[in-house]
Amino acid sequence: MTAVEQLTELVRRTTSSLPGDVVRALERALGAERKGSSASVVISTILENCALAEKGKTPLCQDTGTLSFYVDEALRGKVTRKAVNRAVAEATRLGLLRRNCIDTASGRSIDDNCGEGAPAIHYCSRKGVTLLMKGGGSENMSRQYSLPDASLGAGRDMEGVRACVLDAVAKAQGYGCAPGILGVCVGGDRATGFAVAKEQLLRSLDEKPTEFESRLLADANSLGIGPMGLGGRTTLLGVKLAFRPRLPASYFVTVAYMCWACRRRTILVK
Amino acid sequence: MKILRLPCDERDVRSLKAGDAVEIHGLVVTGRDALHKFFADGGAAPRELKGAALYHCGPVAVRDGGGWRIAAAGPTTSVRENVYEPRFIAGTGVRVIIGKGGMDDATHEAMKRCGCVYVQAVGGAAALAASCVKKVLKVDHLDDFGAAEACWHLDVAGLRGVVAMDANGGSLFREVRTKSAARMARLLKGAAAWKNS
Repeated sequence: MTAVEQLTELVRRTTSSLPGDVVRALERALGAERKGSSASVVISTILENCALAEKGKTPLCQDTGTLSFYVDEALRGKVTRKAVNRAVAEATRLGLLRRNCIDTASGRSIDDNCGEGAPAIHYCSRKGVTLLMKGGGSENMSRQYSLPDASLGAGRDMEGVRACVLDAVAKAQGYGCAPGILGVCVGGDRATGFAVAKEQLLRSLDEKPTEFESRLLADANSLGIGPMGLGGRTTLLGVKLAFRPRLPASYFVTVAYMCWACRRRTILVK
Repeated sequence: MKILRLPCDERDVRSLKAGDAVEIHGLVVTGRDALHKFFADGGAAPRELKGAALYHCGPVAVRDGGGWRIAAAGPTTSVRENVYEPRFIAGTGVRVIIGKGGMDDATHEAMKRCGCVYVQAVGGAAALAASCVKKVLKVDHLDDFGAAEACWHLDVAGLRGVVAMDANGGSLFREVRTKSAARMARLLKGAAAWKNS
């Protein structure tokens, strides 16, 4: 298979099937909800939807999202901008991706989903090629805070970070397609904050959480917001947090909100 | 799980309560930003909406022989239609609005007055929603609104959702928001003594 064919296949698998760790987290969540509750109806609908999409190899959500490719530096010669764009255009033609890209200046649709900087390609030290697809509903719920924040009573300490994270969860009620997953970056400048927060979404939910991540998860779920904001025990499936150095003048807390449809997959390109 | 057959009459929707899980069967018409703007500017909404459901949804529709097939049909965010919806409900006689995220108090007032419920669909579950579409009955405004904004008349079987705002003033969103805000206040107690507002 050529690089383009392998990348097209990566899009097909990413758009139609959730990673195993996310499915397992949803199944655990279903077990935790009361039988017959709206929360359990929502989660079982999600699981049924995913099984159907996987079987039919069709998009599991109609918003096929912002595409971010994280590519091993060593594959720079093979997984080029041209190869990635070709694969994305082909996947769009095959109906694996919605026509989901607007030329902002003219308001016209970019029918092959390929424009300047779109899809995003990040050459990095990760092995292989990882694709992350993030829908607009969840992206609209991502936020950045600057501490201290008087309205939240959030100071420049971990209690302040916690206040920001819980605020982001509360503000997403009904909109972010909960149960969600949070990628959080504490520190950095504004731009690295968003980039690093988003990268945390690549981490597996099977990974053992830190004590602070566990506390954030338990606190968020105790809010009772629940799947689709209709009440219940599962508001988040996981929280992944990273620190970055900061300037003395700045203290940013950046929250990347991901919906349950956390579509990510890695292949080793040959 | 309650079964709701469309079109229906006022009594059917008045009997639904916030928190009821429902399965929708029958006529559902999609309409979002373009339809609401068109209606507000004096255009006519589909007559078939009377007694049926309006679905805030931009489906992925694929040509299938001489007809159409719906490939994906998840809900879109409803708040964008808040400014138009009270008049739209009164003017069309729609009994069910299906969407995501809920709508504002003015819309809820119109729902109470006219007899209409808001059903929260499962966001993102587009493959399953599409599989509930038995038939595309017809499509309005395909040329002027485009495929995602057009009014697709769908015959659905078993489209699932939860009544989030009922026709008697009950709102699951409000209930959950009130409870979660109280819990939040407890969680953050003592976070900072200097909190404003």
